[in-house]
Amino acid sequence: MDKPVNNRAWLLVAPVFLIVAFSAILPIMTVVNYSVQDTFGNNQFFWNGLGWFQELLDPSTELGGRFLDALWRNLLFSAIILAIEVPLGILVALSMPREGWKVAATLVIMALPLLIPWNVVGTIWQVFARADIGLAGWAINALGIDYNYTGDPLAAWITIVVMDVWHWTSLVALLCYAGLKSIPDAYYQAARIDGASRWAIFTTIQLPKMKRVLLIAVLLRFMDSFMIYTEPFVLTGGGPGNATTFLSIDLVKIALGQFDLGKAAAMSLVYNLIVLALCWVFYTVMTNAGTERRHEENPA
Amino acid sequence: MSSTSQPSSRAGAFVMALYLAFLILPIYWLVNMSLKTNFEINTTVSLWPNEITFEHYIKIFTDSSWYSGYINSLTYVALNTIISITLALPAAYAFSRYSFVGEKHLFFWLLSNRMAPPAVFALPFFNLYSAIGLFDTPWAVALAHCLFNVPLAVWILEGFMSGVPREIDETAAIDGYSFPRFFIKIFMPLIASGIGVAAFFCFMFSWVELLLARTLTATNAKPIAVTMTRTVSAAGMDWGLLAAAGVLTIIPGALVIWFVRNYIAKGFALGRV
Repeated sequence: MDKPVNNRAWLLVAPVFLIVAFSAILPIMTVVNYSVQDTFGNNQFFWNGLGWFQELLDPSTELGGRFLDALWRNLLFSAIILAIEVPLGILVALSMPREGWKVAATLVIMALPLLIPWNVVGTIWQVFARADIGLAGWAINALGIDYNYTGDPLAAWITIVVMDVWHWTSLVALLCYAGLKSIPDAYYQAARIDGASRWAIFTTIQLPKMKRVLLIAVLLRFMDSFMIYTEPFVLTGGGPGNATTFLSIDLVKIALGQFDLGKAAAMSLVYNLIVLALCWVFYTVMTNAGTERRHEENPA
Repeated sequence: MSSTSQPSSRAGAFVMALYLAFLILPIYWLVNMSLKTNFEINTTVSLWPNEITFEHYIKIFTDSSWYSGYINSLTYVALNTIISITLALPAAYAFSRYSFVGEKHLFFWLLSNRMAPPAVFALPFFNLYSAIGLFDTPWAVALAHCLFNVPLAVWILEGFMSGVPREIDETAAIDGYSFPRFFIKIFMPLIASGIGVAAFFCFMFSWVELLLARTLTATNAKPIAVTMTRTVSAAGMDWGLLAAAGVLTIIPGALVIWFVRNYIAKGFALGRV
């Protein structure tokens, strides 16, 4: 299964290389440039060395404390949504109908939230959860629970988490379902002959077969939740206060709101480095998964 | 999976029904709200519009500040999809068929751009596209979205192409097909579904992106997503109009959902499932 070595393949790759270099390397160099300079406006810049980075990584400064808060908030958010979406996704995948028109209908409804523009996801939850006009907000308040996501940080967090669960659990479920479908019938028949319990079937047959797709799902969800911007921006705008200001929202506030170029650039680079490290893990998993899959399909 | 393998339990059906209801409820509310008058929205919470009105939809289709948002969005999304797929096709073929110097690094680098937070790029893109005079044009957004859509298309297409046996390439070469002719006449039809899925996901991710589209446009190329957010802050509480605009942005996805339903997991997992 080794691919032939052919360096002329670069000719085929060159256009992609050029356009991605144009839209990735050029901007990143601008960011690097800003990150070591300071300005008093009027496009007059002077050298600031690693000053911004020192400030950013020192939690006792205003910038450092703010960055650490946003990072911590974002990690907490990612942990919470993974803890909910992964088990729920597995449960939903196991509950998929087995055959007939129901499969297609279920797939279509499940895919619907995944294909809604992210800002509209924010809008949907805005009009759904508002206490005055939303069905959910109205119903919760009617039950006697005081709920107002624009004023109460906890309510804002719960609303954003539920929104993310609504938006993305189907992805975890669809990936798990793809893993489950690859299990041959014979496995289940063997399990029934052995008198295996439902739980035993899950832990010894289904879970091992889902391991690979589950890993992909966890990494995808983690990385995407780590750069979440649009949905909370539309729903809460990062508020109340800074309660739901995640990394991307904070970065945009600093960069385009205050035009603090140096601070924003230093933060961008650190943020991007974290993502790059995570991405490396993801890449290793994905490419290993690819070779494993090919071996399974044609064990040569 | 046949019905004999696993008894589809009543509990399973119950879980599924509950989950689907959870998915549909907020969407139902949006549609419901888009058909109500603002007076009704603000005064009562009703499960069904007392008086169905299409005034919000009519406003969107007749007011140019609204419908031009859709046209602008569709313009850059279409441009971006065409650019992404055209460039990604040969590259994905190279990745799936050959080893070359730097192959693995390049493949990783592409992925890292798909995963990079757009927030990091907002400011430098603003400077870059202002400097080359593309600010506030559909081209700026279309090119900016290439940052993540080109890598996405390469990864998805590579996943599909690797499923096509290499013997086909060799046979075609023996039969005297030149590479371009082989690629267009034989290879592309074989991966037609892959191209469809990649195009769909490019379309989708460009359609849903807000941050870069908002940063790179002002008035002339303002996309619908931005029109929606700015109306909320400016005009106050025109909820019915906002809901109607939201419903209209869901429609493109909902129209093609049937055709891609079996590929959604594969597309999101970049062709690796």
